[in-house]
Amino acid sequence: MTTHTPAQIAHEKRRYIQVFVWLTVLTGLELGVIYLPLTKIAIGLMLILLAGTKAALVAAFFMHLANETRTLAWIAATPAILCVFLVFMLLPDLGAITRVFSQATPQASSAPPPPH
Amino acid sequence: MSHAAAAEHVGVEPAESPLTPESWGKLGMWIFLAADAMSFGGLLAAYGALRYGDPTWPNPAHELGIQLTALMTFLLICSSVTMVEALAAIREGNHTGLRKFLLLTICGGGIFLGLQAYEWHHLIHEGQSITKNNFGATFFILTGFHGCHVFGGVVYLSAILGRAVGGRAGALLLGLTAAIGTVLAIYVTYNSAMLPVGLLAPIAMAAVVFLVSGTLKGGVYSAHENNEVEIGALYWHFVDLIWILVFTFVYLI
Repeated sequence: MTTHTPAQIAHEKRRYIQVFVWLTVLTGLELGVIYLPLTKIAIGLMLILLAGTKAALVAAFFMHLANETRTLAWIAATPAILCVFLVFMLLPDLGAITRVFSQATPQASSAPPPPH
Repeated sequence: MSHAAAAEHVGVEPAESPLTPESWGKLGMWIFLAADAMSFGGLLAAYGALRYGDPTWPNPAHELGIQLTALMTFLLICSSVTMVEALAAIREGNHTGLRKFLLLTICGGGIFLGLQAYEWHHLIHEGQSITKNNFGATFFILTGFHGCHVFGGVVYLSAILGRAVGGRAGALLLGLTAAIGTVLAIYVTYNSAMLPVGLLAPIAMAAVVFLVSGTLKGGVYSAHENNEVEIGALYWHFVDLIWILVFTFVYLI
């Protein structure tokens, strides 16, 4: 059971609107970035940065993670850390799986079975 | 024997969660969301692994069109704002505000699903499918998995609205009403393939939820007891957060 004072609630409401404005502006920026005359990697990095900022804003202020205990914040951050780790684990194989699929031909599946 | 000693004697858990003093339910929701985030993380990592180095991968912006999806993103951001407003309203003891903002959030989620059904119809009729290529497989699995979460969120928030106005029976009634209404709205939108239907059918669903909620009595939330609303809000914001990432990785990059 928690009780919030009217002043706290009014402060939070103002912050929600500020976050909403930021999220809208950042979404607009994302739509603009894809038309910039930059390399694909540069655009990709900018988009990841913008999306990460938006996700952090939602987690910190809408999900109130900024007001929670540090341990809870670590619980919430664990999936993000593990996903980054997973991406690095996959780095050596990047593209290999795709090449296997894209080079597979229908003839390969209809080839005669190997002799026993 | 004191209460604490009695509790220790029978092995009862402490009443207060050390991480979320408001309730154990809130900690449970955070742990669920962390696990769910890893599911999405795995899907997004698989998407990246399949896409990287594939020269035949289509340009998503050309293939999918981003105007409609940008609108859907904006809609989910707006629904997150209405959700926090609903929570702020009940913290002030404002039941009318809670009901109004929860309905707006449910409506936003429903419209998102209607627009997704409209988008899927066009992509499927243009030849895309889950079995056609890696692009189709990853696109439909990622957006479909997220869509299931939005559907779950619409039903969950409707149940919370039902509990806010009619207790446990109200939660069951409004949850069922929203589930059936949302499925119908998706079905009608997909088969009509018209954008206005994708907007109006979910609004009609929300209107039915509103009308049914008007018949209920005996709500349970107050300015002091609103943990369930906060826990439901956590789920809804998570759905919004995941869409922000899906929108960037699948549609923009």
